[in-house]
Amino acid sequence: MNFPPLAAGGPVIPNFGGGSASFACERANHLFCWNWVSSNWSPILWPALRQHVVLTVIAVAIGFAISTGLALLAHRRHWVERPVIAVTAILYTIPSLAMFELLEPLPGLGLSRATAEVALVSYTLLILFRNTLTGLREVPDEVRDAAAGMGMSPRQILVRVELPLALPAIIAGLRIATVTVVALATIAALVCDEGLGVPILTAISNDVFKTELIAAGVLAVALALFADGLLVIVQRLLTPWMRARAA
Amino acid sequence: MHSAGQPTPQTGDSSLPRPHTAQSEGPSAFPQAAELELIHVEKRYPGQRQPAIPDLSLTVPAGEVCVLVGPSGSGKTTAMRLINRMIPLSGGDIRLGGESILKREPTELRKQIGYVIQQIGLFPHQTVSENIATVPRLLGWHSSRIEGRTRELLELTGLDAGEIGARYPAQLSGGQRQRVGVARALAADPPLMLMDEPFGAIDPINRVRLQDEFLRLQAQVRKTVVFVTHDIDEAIKMGDRIAILREGGHLAQYDRPEEILTNPADEFVAQFVGADRALKRLGLSTLAELELLAPNGRQPDENRLPVTATIRDALSAVLSAGGAPLTVVDGDGAVVGLATLELLGGLLKAGEPPER
Repeated sequence: MNFPPLAAGGPVIPNFGGGSASFACERANHLFCWNWVSSNWSPILWPALRQHVVLTVIAVAIGFAISTGLALLAHRRHWVERPVIAVTAILYTIPSLAMFELLEPLPGLGLSRATAEVALVSYTLLILFRNTLTGLREVPDEVRDAAAGMGMSPRQILVRVELPLALPAIIAGLRIATVTVVALATIAALVCDEGLGVPILTAISNDVFKTELIAAGVLAVALALFADGLLVIVQRLLTPWMRARAA
Repeated sequence: MHSAGQPTPQTGDSSLPRPHTAQSEGPSAFPQAAELELIHVEKRYPGQRQPAIPDLSLTVPAGEVCVLVGPSGSGKTTAMRLINRMIPLSGGDIRLGGESILKREPTELRKQIGYVIQQIGLFPHQTVSENIATVPRLLGWHSSRIEGRTRELLELTGLDAGEIGARYPAQLSGGQRQRVGVARALAADPPLMLMDEPFGAIDPINRVRLQDEFLRLQAQVRKTVVFVTHDIDEAIKMGDRIAILREGGHLAQYDRPEEILTNPADEFVAQFVGADRALKRLGLSTLAELELLAPNGRQPDENRLPVTATIRDALSAVLSAGGAPLTVVDGDGAVVGLATLELLGGLLKAGEPPER
């Protein structure tokens, strides 16, 4: 396999953790070594976490822009839906390991963050497109009829009525896409030297010391939960009517 | 009485049969209510041999309620939706306040026409106040003016502005939603209101209450109203004029309710208004309009009704009391007169229903 250059270089026994310090739990190769985590937080884990957030935010933002544009188009012109679904579904089903390796030889991509982002964006499209389109289509006909009957233009209907009413579906799509990207972005370490995938790959390659793997994995899971929670809060703030039910 | 049972032959091109009235440019400030004229209105859908509406002409005087009533397939909703250009006209013309609707941008026109549909279509993501403010906002009113108008309309439709205004539609009862729908349609004080089966989804008890409320409201605001229903009783109750449409979009009769009940234009109308049309006619007048017999010192008894009751209800009360005379009381409960079976029954004949 064509591994990218790793941040900390190859493992040197008995320094399993790859850092400069060497701790008792590290030498004894316990399953989890707290001392390693605390001494490697600033040089390894924290930068990796920040890079992971950046990778995720960029991918979801670009994916959201593309799929929202396509969904708005498909909302007006129905024939757009099928080809978009077909293409994005194929992208979605490409195994992620293969995706990064397939993109790498393409001109202009190579071993870069761009390659990672292209792959990550392609996984968000199907979910975001389908949710946004469904949200727009589920606006009740009578609501649209009333809006038009009161003199709103198609554009005003979209902005003032359809998009706000589609928000719950749109944010639901964003939640799934974000969690998916957080998980997949660990594999991005195959093509770019960024994110929580880097310490995970280091740990896999040294094969014995697992603390780095566990720490980075736990951080990825925590990040996914945090991002999901954040989007739940955003939805609550943006859609107060969803909580209003018959008193 | 117009009867358009036969399509009026159209002469020459589609030029309008009436001379032009005063032209006003742009979004003119309409009066509180405006006369509505449908002139040889025609609607054809592509790919259909029969027109949905072949040739419909009728005039609704300013401030009157015109009910379009008929069985399904009679084109009543289509006719209504032609007026605010939700459906494009195929032929003829429609004028509001003397001005052709075809001269105006559909979105501008619709802001001047109140619109209430059966499912109401309140915006679920907006509060009641925001819903009511829809058209004023589109018209770019000042927020203070919108706020005042919203409050006024909530009160006018019998809703508590403080309590209901901040709620979302999901938090309202069916009747409240209906009132908000009417308030929203009245927001910019349009000269014309279109109402498509506005009370159709409401249970019978609340429907009667909403109908009464709307009639009280209409007595205050005096809008020109086009009201669509399939229920002849509702048509008789709500309409100053009733247009009875039959299948194929033909106008069978357009007249005042008393006239339709007394002199149905043809067999179709007679059947549509029902065999009990003589009784229905009695439902149009109240005891107050009747010359009652002198009370001769009678005290109000079990069998009494207020003067505001309809003659139909009075007849029903007399019959259920085995023919005993009814004491009619005023608002304070004092007896103003007596109604006997002879007196009430005589009214059934007076209208001279046509012999069959």
